[in-house]
Amino acid sequence: MADIPGTGAKPLLSLHNINMTFGGIKALKNVSFEVLPGEVHCLAGENGSGKSTLIKIITGVYRPEDGAVIEYDGQTYSHMSPVTAQANGIQVIWQDLALFPEMTVAENIAFQTVIGRWPRFVNYRTMRDIAVKALQRLGVALDVDAPLKDYSIAQRQIVAIARALVGEAKLVFMDEPTASLTQSETDHLIEIVRSLSASGVAVVFVSHRLAEVLEISNRLTVLRDGALVGVYPVEGMTQSRVTELMTGKNFDQQVRAKSVRDNPVVLEVKRLSRPGQFHDISFNVRSGETLGITGLLGAGRTELALALFGMLKPRSGSVSLHGKPVRFSSNRDAIKAGIAYLSEDRLSLGLIQPQSIADNLVIASLDRIKSGGLLSDDRKRQLVARWIADLGVKIGRQSDAVSTLSGGNQQRIAIAKWLATDPKLLILDAPTVGVDVGARAGIFEIVAKLAESGLAIILISDEVPEVYFNADRVLHMAQGQIAGWFDPQSCSLQDIEAAVYA
Amino acid sequence: MNTAVTRIKEFLGPEIAGPGLAFVAVMLFFSLASPQFLSSATFGSVAFQLPELGLLTLAMLLPVLTGGLNLAITFTANLAGLTVAWVLQVNGGVDAGMASFVLGCILAIAVGAATGVVMGLVIAYTRAHPILVSLSMMIFVRGLGEFLTRGGDISGFPAFLQPIGHGSLAGIPIPLLIFIVCVLVWHVLLTRLKLGFNTYMIGSNIDAARYSGVNTRKVLVLVYTLSGAMSAVAGIIMLARFNSVRVGHGESYLLITVLACFLGGVNPFGGFGRVIPVFVALVVLQLLSSGLNLMGANQHLATAVWGILLIAVMILRWLAAQLMIFNRRKG
Amino acid sequence: MRKLVQSHATEFALLAVIAAICAVLSLTTDSFFSLGNAFDLLNTSSVNIIFAVGLLVVLIAGGIDISFAVGASVVQYVTALILGYIGGGGWMSGLLIAGSLGILLGAFNAFLIHRFRIISIVATIATFNIYFGLLMFFTQGVSIYDLPDWLTDRVVLFEHEMADGTWAEITLPVLVMVICVAATWLFITRTTTGRQLYAFGDNPEGARRFGINIGAMQFIAFGWLGMMAGIAGLIQAHYAQEVVPNALYGRELDVLAAVVLGGARLGGGKGSVLGCVLGVLLIAITQNGLNLLGVSPFAFKMIVGAIILVAITLSNTSIEKLLPFMRGARR
Repeated sequence: MADIPGTGAKPLLSLHNINMTFGGIKALKNVSFEVLPGEVHCLAGENGSGKSTLIKIITGVYRPEDGAVIEYDGQTYSHMSPVTAQANGIQVIWQDLALFPEMTVAENIAFQTVIGRWPRFVNYRTMRDIAVKALQRLGVALDVDAPLKDYSIAQRQIVAIARALVGEAKLVFMDEPTASLTQSETDHLIEIVRSLSASGVAVVFVSHRLAEVLEISNRLTVLRDGALVGVYPVEGMTQSRVTELMTGKNFDQQVRAKSVRDNPVVLEVKRLSRPGQFHDISFNVRSGETLGITGLLGAGRTELALALFGMLKPRSGSVSLHGKPVRFSSNRDAIKAGIAYLSEDRLSLGLIQPQSIADNLVIASLDRIKSGGLLSDDRKRQLVARWIADLGVKIGRQSDAVSTLSGGNQQRIAIAKWLATDPKLLILDAPTVGVDVGARAGIFEIVAKLAESGLAIILISDEVPEVYFNADRVLHMAQGQIAGWFDPQSCSLQDIEAAVYA
Repeated sequence: MNTAVTRIKEFLGPEIAGPGLAFVAVMLFFSLASPQFLSSATFGSVAFQLPELGLLTLAMLLPVLTGGLNLAITFTANLAGLTVAWVLQVNGGVDAGMASFVLGCILAIAVGAATGVVMGLVIAYTRAHPILVSLSMMIFVRGLGEFLTRGGDISGFPAFLQPIGHGSLAGIPIPLLIFIVCVLVWHVLLTRLKLGFNTYMIGSNIDAARYSGVNTRKVLVLVYTLSGAMSAVAGIIMLARFNSVRVGHGESYLLITVLACFLGGVNPFGGFGRVIPVFVALVVLQLLSSGLNLMGANQHLATAVWGILLIAVMILRWLAAQLMIFNRRKG
Repeated sequence: MRKLVQSHATEFALLAVIAAICAVLSLTTDSFFSLGNAFDLLNTSSVNIIFAVGLLVVLIAGGIDISFAVGASVVQYVTALILGYIGGGGWMSGLLIAGSLGILLGAFNAFLIHRFRIISIVATIATFNIYFGLLMFFTQGVSIYDLPDWLTDRVVLFEHEMADGTWAEITLPVLVMVICVAATWLFITRTTTGRQLYAFGDNPEGARRFGINIGAMQFIAFGWLGMMAGIAGLIQAHYAQEVVPNALYGRELDVLAAVVLGGARLGGGKGSVLGCVLGVLLIAITQNGLNLLGVSPFAFKMIVGAIILVAITLSNTSIEKLLPFMRGARR
């Protein structure tokens, strides 16, 4: 901690002895954290390692336990409040942005002017001026009088950043800012972060995309299980080293690809098109094969998957299963025909979070737990017990809400839900989103076993290493079209990455 | 033995705690406060009053489980009653035969179901808020009923209707029998049928349910259709009880049915709730009003006490949640 | 101009519909397009508009209130009693008493919602039953006809003799209504507290992270509705020249339908005073027009219900599909 690389500058923010407990669980254990003026600092850690809690303490949303020391800009505090934090130039861009969609862009950006206990009259002209100025500083032109809901996620992100800059920010936190951005949007964001840093604003970056973290940060603080692992200079750091620090485990990955050329074709897609989303897509998947599909966000991967799953209608082209042409009018037809689709958005589409583990597991295969026309609790219990054992899911009771499980175990339940429908083709869309690095390997173990048992699998991911190490063939999509094919056995990871990020 | 206990637990569901506690409290309070409370007269009056409110509450329950509401239930019941009355009058009024009554009932249930179908279609296909859709349906159905009756009563029904409203079978009032049958039907529907299963799933997260292959539109339409049909059953019972039909009969039950659902542990956002605890909650409400009656109060005071009871249960639930957090912190 | 239409689509759609109805009525009836009829409409709609702008504030803050109409009945009754007790009073003291009592009732709702985390529909259904039950219990349903003279005397603010010798009049309720509407508009669009309410309704968690006092928001929103309901209650007593305990029972759902028709969203963050007033007026004009067309008054509600149902269905199938030019081209 003593040797801050580069300058011997005084830290802008330094925290010591931070403890926090939620419902008996220690979320933070004696954590220290320092940020220098004008640096880009990365805060890394798995889900539940305490990153968000730490940010919420610094911004005054939570109050740390007694004994905490917060020094910021020459002042010492025992805790912060949202109002003092903002008044002193600490700003956060939350992962969910915390914006107000029904209000105008101007009001969102200049919302600070309406904060305060005592009612005052609103000066819309001042708000507008503030908003225009903040956007100019970012070099972005948006209609400030339009309601925010008219804008895309990426544009809303810009609004959130502009809002953070209004209050003469000295320290800006960005919580997973690139999670829903495409590559070019991410590049633009990184430019903005650099210019902020150059103008003397310190930026703390929280992200699970290690590549971009290493690209822009000066220093790195790693948390694990609510405790500080260490503070490291980014120079000379590699992705695998960061992963190791975050998980405390060592992962050596090997290419799993194998040849399946002799297996029968399960899915055959010919010249499938849907205007504006994907165009002229042809490929096949064989029994026992794992086909990887990668590409940037917005490349049309998810839309293609939804078309195969019957939830979007292709305009032209054909799909056949086991040689028979199929046409689905809804995903129920697709499920009946033997296609399963694991959604990329597990929290709001993949699983019904408040409902029980058992109900989530059987929802797609209710006909299998019927006896005498009625649903049978005994059959349900048996079915659930079988799948939980098969996939090695750690659960308490079957009746617990699925939201009580960790990301990795939730994803196993989601996979089990589809396996219970006895599918011929399983489409996995971003199966490791929100799953800890340490638990990802377990998911891919399952995928490999399923392929071995003869299931055809499509693995969609925007993280190139995932498809490179786990798929037999890799299809690269860009702008809705097939941009290239790769065989992991005969190409390197860098070959694919170069093509994808070109 | 153990399995029997778990079976019973499953039958009742975890939501039984609130209404169960309220039941015990009400029984204790009134048996101490009034010596006549523990008598067959009390239970007789409860048994005869329970079905009207109970059937309407069953009609409200399904939409609430999907995260919606059906505000049209009471006037749908009136409209169904009008349908029966119309069929009876066309077939001779006081002299109408049993066959015309059966025909009237079938038509009435069809009319009730029809209002549900319309609401279900609008909600399922436009995703408009159920409160709004059912509110406008309520205003429409009320208007239609008032238009047809010109605000008056319709009476003069055949004598054989009398036992349906007031008679008993083996000591059990016939309306109560019909209600219990409906409770059991709803219980089986919600715990043993795909429709019931999917109703809960939709209530928690309709999009995730759709991605899992649930035909969400069909479920929503069926839920509101069944709700309308159950309202019609309530309307038929009301006709037999009052021996007349008037638009506005049972109007004050509307918000009480919602209250009964919440009291019975149904989650206001949908997705959770069972029939049996709601049934217990209904019994508690009727016991309360009968008990207060014995002590010289009227139905209006009982209404106020119902409201206080709901708040008390919600506060207790809040306290229980706080206590759990507190205990976990200590432990 | 196009921007204005886009950002106020609901208001413009309502205006267009109102204009169309007015045009048809002016052509088909002799009496619709007259000063007298227009003033009548305003006089009779005033109470509902005052209720509506109050409810709007709660809806914007993401809540819902079922209890305000019976709350207004309680306020009416208690105010009349207090006025009798202090020996008459006047408009100032009357409005002060009614407004304060209303705020108290609203604050009680806010207290339950904020302190015990009871969601607003559950809390206000409970208080609906409590307020109404207690009012009917204590008053025995007896009306008060013996009101102070100042309260029952009609106050004509503007009059104009028509060609046929009748008088077109604007009365006091219209003035009070205009003040309430203007105050609400000023409050929610021009003060920081009003904007905080919008933000809170739009994204409660985001508002909390900004340091907005969530509890204060609940008390302000429900307090404002309470105040408006109290004032509306007094004005209704003035207009009807009597206090009938159950006169406003059931009004809550009609007002809710009108406010939502005016573009407010259940769930918060959206809604305007103009839209809300237009929503009430649309329903009032429709009823008025049907009356003038000689349609049976019993059919009014049916037609109004059908109109709201169609409006909700259409507005949720997106106006954009019907009027392509309104589609935003900003992205």
